[in-house]
Amino acid sequence: MSGPLLAGLGLGVSFGETAALEDVSLSLSAGEVVAVMGTSGSGKSTLLHCLAGVLVPDRGEVSFAGERIDNQSDRRRSDLRLRSFGFVPQFGDLVPELTLLENVALPLRLLQVGRREATGRAAALLDELEVGSAASRRAGAASGGQVQRVAVARALVHCPSVVFADEPTGALDSATGELVLEALVATARDRGSAVLLVTHEAVVASHADREVVVRDGRLDLLAFPTVG
Amino acid sequence: MSFSHLLLGILEPAPCHGFALKNAYDVRFGRGRSLGVGQVYATLARLQRDGLAELVGVESGDGPDRRVYAVTSLGVAELSSWLLTPEPPTGYAQSVLFAKTVLALLSDRPADEVLARQRVVHLERMREVRRLGQAGDLVSRLSADHEIAHLDADLRWIELAGKRLEHIAAEHGLSG
Ligand SMILES: Nc1ncnc2c1ncn2[C@@H]1O[C@H](COP(=O)(O)OP(=O)(O)O)[C@@H](O)[C@H]1O
Ligand SMILES: [Mg+2]
Repeated sequence: MSGPLLAGLGLGVSFGETAALEDVSLSLSAGEVVAVMGTSGSGKSTLLHCLAGVLVPDRGEVSFAGERIDNQSDRRRSDLRLRSFGFVPQFGDLVPELTLLENVALPLRLLQVGRREATGRAAALLDELEVGSAASRRAGAASGGQVQRVAVARALVHCPSVVFADEPTGALDSATGELVLEALVATARDRGSAVLLVTHEAVVASHADREVVVRDGRLDLLAFPTVG
Repeated sequence: MSFSHLLLGILEPAPCHGFALKNAYDVRFGRGRSLGVGQVYATLARLQRDGLAELVGVESGDGPDRRVYAVTSLGVAELSSWLLTPEPPTGYAQSVLFAKTVLALLSDRPADEVLARQRVVHLERMREVRRLGQAGDLVSRLSADHEIAHLDADLRWIELAGKRLEHIAAEHGLSG
């Protein structure tokens, strides 16, 4: 496939009077890690939600693998998210009653992968992310760092084309967060998954191949001066 | 070279003699350390030789005569270009970075652009250090962590400084 894997063109979103996003264009190539930076309230999450097909923009279009997705039905978009996307939220959002292993196997089960294979792949990935020894623990009893590693595993276990990570280490102390990010990016690169990494911290953004800055709902061009 | 640029920046607003320059430096950038007046005059002589500053008069008072200098138009151009050229992104650029931002502010040059340019260079270096560290053994990772932490300190300051400037501009109705 030529052209970008995922592309938003001229995206605009308004919540009542608030223009959360205005004329933003951003594309991701296969396997690329891109950071979206900006202060809180600048529109980062709104941009991520548009690109991920969670939110339908008021203006502009979104395409994935050359096909428009913003005009597809809720059902088709939700199917696309399940199959081709992975999500790492800020607070893990694991199912607390399930074990860590069961949480990671869940996306595969939803994709009709057999129980045995799903469990095997989930266990291998938990090992790779260095939380294998806690696999049988209930998610509700795990530490913050463990939960985020498991959230990374759950987002990547089905080898998605794109992983969306919205402040994935925002709830962790900086040292724990650093190691979780390292694991997230390394695992995604291993699998050839692209990553859209939303963060307000430069040190987090530096894990990406490049970054864009959102300010008041627009891409901030001052962040890309012609140096020299 | 950056000390003479710094002095050029302090001299730019108004002609002044070496002793006054030394005092202005100590107040804004000395951080508890006082500059030798000899170093100031030596630097002024060099600036004069390079055509960036010129001797515009001599003030006589109680003590020895004081030579008064001013920045030339060549000096103004040199200063502008220095201010807008990002520092090499070492973890130890802090004091120059601070000085450039202050000088840009005092001279109505675009301080936000000074910060934005530096930010790009710092982030690029951070990415590079990360790549190198991850390719190596534990010691190279630790060394990368160390440099990244210093770059991060600069970047946090750049972020905060940018926010402050934005806030001040908004308060004075200057924002876009
Ligand atoms: N569901 C919503 N309803 C109303 N306003 C919203 C909603 N989501 C976001 N906003 C507003 O849109 C702007 C951008 O929000 P968001 O994309 O969450 O920013 P960020 O993720 O950068 O912190 C903010 O002003 C926020 O208050
Ligand atoms: Mg957000």
